[in-house]
Amino acid sequence: MSERVATSVLEGQANRSRPQERGVAISNVTAGYGDRAAISDINLLLARGSLTAIFGPNGGGKSTLLKCMAGLMKPWSGSIEVLGAAVGVHAARVAYVPQAEQVDWSFPIAVDEVVAMGRTPRIGPLGRVGTTDRKAVTEALERVDMANLAERQIGELSGGQRRRVFIARAIAADAEIYLLDEPVTGVDPITQEKIMNILDAEAARGKTVIATTHDLACAAQRFHDVVALAGRVVAHGPAQLVLDRDVLEKTYGGHLVPLADGGVVLLDDPHHSHGAHEGHE
Amino acid sequence: MSPIDLLLEPLAYDFFVRALIASALVGVACAVVGSFVVLKGMSFIGDAVSHAAFPGIVIAYLLGLPIILGGAIAAIGTALGIGALTRRSGLRSDSIIGVLFAGMFALGVALFSSIPNYVGDLFSFLFGDVLGISVSDMITLSVLVVALLLIVRVLWKELLFATFDPLGAGAAGLPVRRLDDLLLILIAVTIVISLQAVGIVLVVAMITTPAATAQMLVKRFGQMITVAAGIGVSAAVAGLYLSYALDLASGAAIVLVETALFIVVLLVTAARRTRMA
Repeated sequence: MSERVATSVLEGQANRSRPQERGVAISNVTAGYGDRAAISDINLLLARGSLTAIFGPNGGGKSTLLKCMAGLMKPWSGSIEVLGAAVGVHAARVAYVPQAEQVDWSFPIAVDEVVAMGRTPRIGPLGRVGTTDRKAVTEALERVDMANLAERQIGELSGGQRRRVFIARAIAADAEIYLLDEPVTGVDPITQEKIMNILDAEAARGKTVIATTHDLACAAQRFHDVVALAGRVVAHGPAQLVLDRDVLEKTYGGHLVPLADGGVVLLDDPHHSHGAHEGHE
Repeated sequence: MSPIDLLLEPLAYDFFVRALIASALVGVACAVVGSFVVLKGMSFIGDAVSHAAFPGIVIAYLLGLPIILGGAIAAIGTALGIGALTRRSGLRSDSIIGVLFAGMFALGVALFSSIPNYVGDLFSFLFGDVLGISVSDMITLSVLVVALLLIVRVLWKELLFATFDPLGAGAAGLPVRRLDDLLLILIAVTIVISLQAVGIVLVVAMITTPAATAQMLVKRFGQMITVAAGIGVSAAVAGLYLSYALDLASGAAIVLVETALFIVVLLVTAARRTRMA
């Protein structure tokens, strides 16, 4: 196969690690909708504390892969381990941040109520939000620089603030694995920078951060590792080691336009070409 | 007659006091469950489930069983059927709802038309007759409303999480599908216990209108349920007095008060938005 060398090197290291040091281990996973497979024969090892971007064309299976890791979709075949156990066993330590467009922003709910949701699995039914939970909510909001907006209804927030609320929910949950679907899509560069600084800080304190993205530049510059996904894994490893023209061509097919200086331009990036940027705060 | 006499006079009648308590209980239950229904965009399901209760009621009547039991079985069965068929058929849920809604109601009408010389209770099934509520019906109603509020209280956080962000809730390990089914059962039970007050045709308003009105007024979910419940109770009381004073059908009077409140809040909110924009 044409997978990058760095893939096998990294996974060789990860394979020697103890199971509990693995964030997410995916073996031979095939999954899809109806009778169409979106991802086939996926093998990936995402170490704990890594900051990984999953990028690729539309229909390349980014969201499908993320949903499988979150236990929201059952793979047709293969297996996934999260924190050394089958998906679902450590669900309380997994936080999922949905795409912004999947959230009803007119929902009558305040910022602190959303962040407190992260505590739900810990509190359990019958229990109420207590002092420890409220402290966790405040600390999480401080970590994403949103403490002054705790009482706001979520619809009153800017695009970047909305995303930071959901990241705060993951922090308040004290999750180990953060799964984010398109966290930097449709925001301006300054907002994107803020969000990436937060995710970078989370990875630095040992959280495993896995995000899908359409933004190849962001994936290459701000994430430690990238996974190029086009129905299958084209490459996995540090961006500077695995990202080259060959990998991009295999990932995006015929949507690359060669430039005179030897570079390429990517045409398959609809979220950006629509110009649907939200204002930064 | 002074305004106070006007308020006190009907309280001399036991049937009016019973109707007042029953309508208030129904108002609270509908508003609480309705808050989840409105936020999940399930109002149409409420309408379908209430019509689907009809054949159950008729069958229970024909067999001499408690009417509320027949209605509950048909309503819960249809509510869960909508959920299961939507997940399996590959059709959109509104198509499934439209089919089951009309099909079940047609079955009720067909069965009803087979009863010789029987029309008396049809009007009260369709439009409610809270003034005719018996003491034993009241006790059943109170027990069920308390049970319903307790369930919502216990699973408040979980229901909210699953309603607001089903994906996030599922990833965190909450049993989202079972919570969805529970909500459908709560909706079905609320509808069946509300039928005596407002009837099959109008119950969807009791569920939808106070919650939708509250949503325009609040910024927090906790406030929404409280405000919706307050609206539900006030409209029930005001509607009953209106029905007494003007000799109107009680269920229709309650729903009209709720609708009027909704329109007022809608206009005020819209005016405020325009001014701010």
